[in-house]
Amino acid sequence: MSLDLAHFWGAVLALSILIYVLLDGFDLGVGILFALNRDEAQRRDMMGSIAPVWDGNETWLVVIGTLLFGAFPVVYSIFLSAFYLPVGLLLVALILRGVAFEFRYKTRRARWLWDFGFAAGSTVASFVQGAAIGAMVQGIAVSGLAFAGSPFDWVAPFPLLCGVGLVLGYALLGAAWLVLKTEGRLRDWAYLWLPRLMTGVVVFVALALASTLAGDFRVVERWLAQPWLFTLPLIATLAAWQLYRAAAQRRYDWRPYALASLLFLTAYLMLAGSFWPWIIPYELTLADAAAPPQSLTFLFWGAGVVVLPVILIYTAVVYWVFRGKVEPGREYH
Amino acid sequence: MDLDPLALSRIQFAFTVSFHIIFPAFTIGLAAWLATLEALHLVTGNGLYRRLFAFWLKVFAVAFGMGVVSGIVMAFQFGTNWSELARRTGPILGPLLVYESFTAFLLEATFFGVLLFGRDRVPRWAYFVSTLMVALGTTFSAFWIMANNTWMQVPVAYELAGADTVPTDWGEILFNDVLWVRFPHMLLGAYLTTAFCVAATGAWYLLRHRHLSAARMMLAMGLGLAAVLTPLQMVAGHFNGEYTVEHQPAKFMTMEGRWQTEQPARLLLLAWPDVEAERNVFELGVPYLGSFVAQGSFDAAEPGILTTPRDERPPFLIPFYGFRIMVGLGLMMLALSWGGVWLMAKGRFRDPKRIPRWFLWATFLHFPSGFIAVLAGWLTAEVGRQPWVVYGLLRTADAVTPSLSGAAVLLSLLTYVLVYALIFSAGTLYIYRLLRSGFDETDPAAATAAARRGITPSRPLGVGGGPPGAVPAAPRSDTIWPQ
Repeated sequence: MSLDLAHFWGAVLALSILIYVLLDGFDLGVGILFALNRDEAQRRDMMGSIAPVWDGNETWLVVIGTLLFGAFPVVYSIFLSAFYLPVGLLLVALILRGVAFEFRYKTRRARWLWDFGFAAGSTVASFVQGAAIGAMVQGIAVSGLAFAGSPFDWVAPFPLLCGVGLVLGYALLGAAWLVLKTEGRLRDWAYLWLPRLMTGVVVFVALALASTLAGDFRVVERWLAQPWLFTLPLIATLAAWQLYRAAAQRRYDWRPYALASLLFLTAYLMLAGSFWPWIIPYELTLADAAAPPQSLTFLFWGAGVVVLPVILIYTAVVYWVFRGKVEPGREYH
Repeated sequence: MDLDPLALSRIQFAFTVSFHIIFPAFTIGLAAWLATLEALHLVTGNGLYRRLFAFWLKVFAVAFGMGVVSGIVMAFQFGTNWSELARRTGPILGPLLVYESFTAFLLEATFFGVLLFGRDRVPRWAYFVSTLMVALGTTFSAFWIMANNTWMQVPVAYELAGADTVPTDWGEILFNDVLWVRFPHMLLGAYLTTAFCVAATGAWYLLRHRHLSAARMMLAMGLGLAAVLTPLQMVAGHFNGEYTVEHQPAKFMTMEGRWQTEQPARLLLLAWPDVEAERNVFELGVPYLGSFVAQGSFDAAEPGILTTPRDERPPFLIPFYGFRIMVGLGLMMLALSWGGVWLMAKGRFRDPKRIPRWFLWATFLHFPSGFIAVLAGWLTAEVGRQPWVVYGLLRTADAVTPSLSGAAVLLSLLTYVLVYALIFSAGTLYIYRLLRSGFDETDPAAATAAARRGITPSRPLGVGGGPPGAVPAAPRSDTIWPQ
């Protein structure tokens, strides 16, 4: 039973990460693109397109953190000690971008400051998340259930590459979101960025894949042993190709976001497929790291069976409430 | 220079958590206040409630945003700086935090979006439900965090597997007496904080002859609520003292300022402790009362802190003074709120001009009292349980992340101080501006009537980028208000 629950909570954790990446991904992406657009009216619409939902999106990061703490406390303690500095950077970045939603409308003189915080915070937060995933894949030094590396282990080519990759990826999601949610010049502007960002992502994925396959033989073995994994890059390629087309045709505004999300989903599944059930690759599996059954059962009957479905339902309802295009120039609340 | 990661981590945690608690202390009550206003508007149809709602929602938005971003920091700091605590007590503390994020954070964050942007997108009942959900979320959040903290203060229902704690009875963890006296104490503290902020805002407007009916309503509601809650809070505080006597004697002796065992024991009202010499240089105490508050008898012997081994004593000054500041503020709140009710009973609130100005000033100056009391109370509770992070089970010194370098913590601490100073000063400035500029007095019916009389109604508050400071002073046209 305990083993099953460990995998249940591993799956919930994986789902939460996926939801986080897809949801906060687009609003961080809009923040990254914010720096590239100087038009105040368009900036307002960019902000307006994510303002009602960003807070809920970001909360999934807290959900991930607490899930690790509650269901996999060893991973929580190792992971956060290993990434002491990047996590600090991530938190400060999230603070600066989070307050901007209110603060930039409360001042004119200091608006540049909060705008800078919004764009830089979004970019840094995305970069750090990518770098952390990269460092994770590269391997974390563990001894005796505690982190045994140095605070700068993550400053290495592969993690930094993943950082840049995630910035590009989130920006792609953000541009697709803007296409979906806005009209007129802003939508056209976002369409313009789609193929550029897509190309950036393709280059990144090719580099990352090449360096993983070259460096990590266990991943190669896994892929050769489970050839169904190869359908994932195939789907991703198709999605990327369709995305280029959708950006050129500009006919259905929902398509880029759906395709970009599909791309993220396949990338995510490739990552999960390469490492499941390792939670810290080649050091700890989900079952090794799981909290005792008394904790997991307590979580299962309340948070797992009852609360989680309710959350998914009201999240969907609120997204439904805010469906459709953002009215241009609509005044802030 | 030798940088001690433990000391720096403690400073960092104290700093970030103190900064954070200011906002929930305010928004827990404010969310309930908003839900109340929305309900009153739905029931009575009085537009005044609706305008008050719109006004306080803006304040809530700024405070809530700062609470959210500073709260995320807390959720990760257990792992970054206190990984041993996280690993050893994760099986108990972790699930409590999972429940907090599942039942509280997602609920409040998701419906907060509806509150800010959904007024014209959902039916009235759904909007009201959203205000309830936000209020419920903040309350749940307080419950889980108190469950978490209470287990660290008085660990129950666990067994040790090696160094790790394994829960044995979740019912006991969630429904023990200590939690159920501490949770109401926190909740009441948050409500009182908001009550005094609302009352102080009303008093401020009355002093400046603005928004007279709304101001009077805020003053009356704030003080009226405080008049009921303050005595309840004192009862709750007394029960908190009782659990401390029973479970954390060292903290209690420190709060009492008692060095030597006394029989019968005095209750020290004020003292000037000399920590080096382990005695009080100056004392003002009431005989017999110390035995009474601790044990309900007038001649019981009460042990002094010197009976506790030196390495199990908490620091002296913070719990001692923190406790007195909290209690002193409680007494002032009681005097002020009951004074207000007395004035109301004498009918002095019917005409704002008949409310004494000194009373308005006193109420206005009380706006930070709740914040200070909450902070002082928390400092007493948290410093008073040192040197333990989990009382009697895990020392703070053993809880810190082993791989942590002092330089890294110094760097993060300095960054947090800088960033928090920036957003705190900006945030308070913006809230101050919101309060100062007042709110939209136009009411469709009243505005038409006013236009007929040739009065220009004040323009809606320039949100969405209206230059602050350039917002015109709201006219002193009290006739617009339905009296």
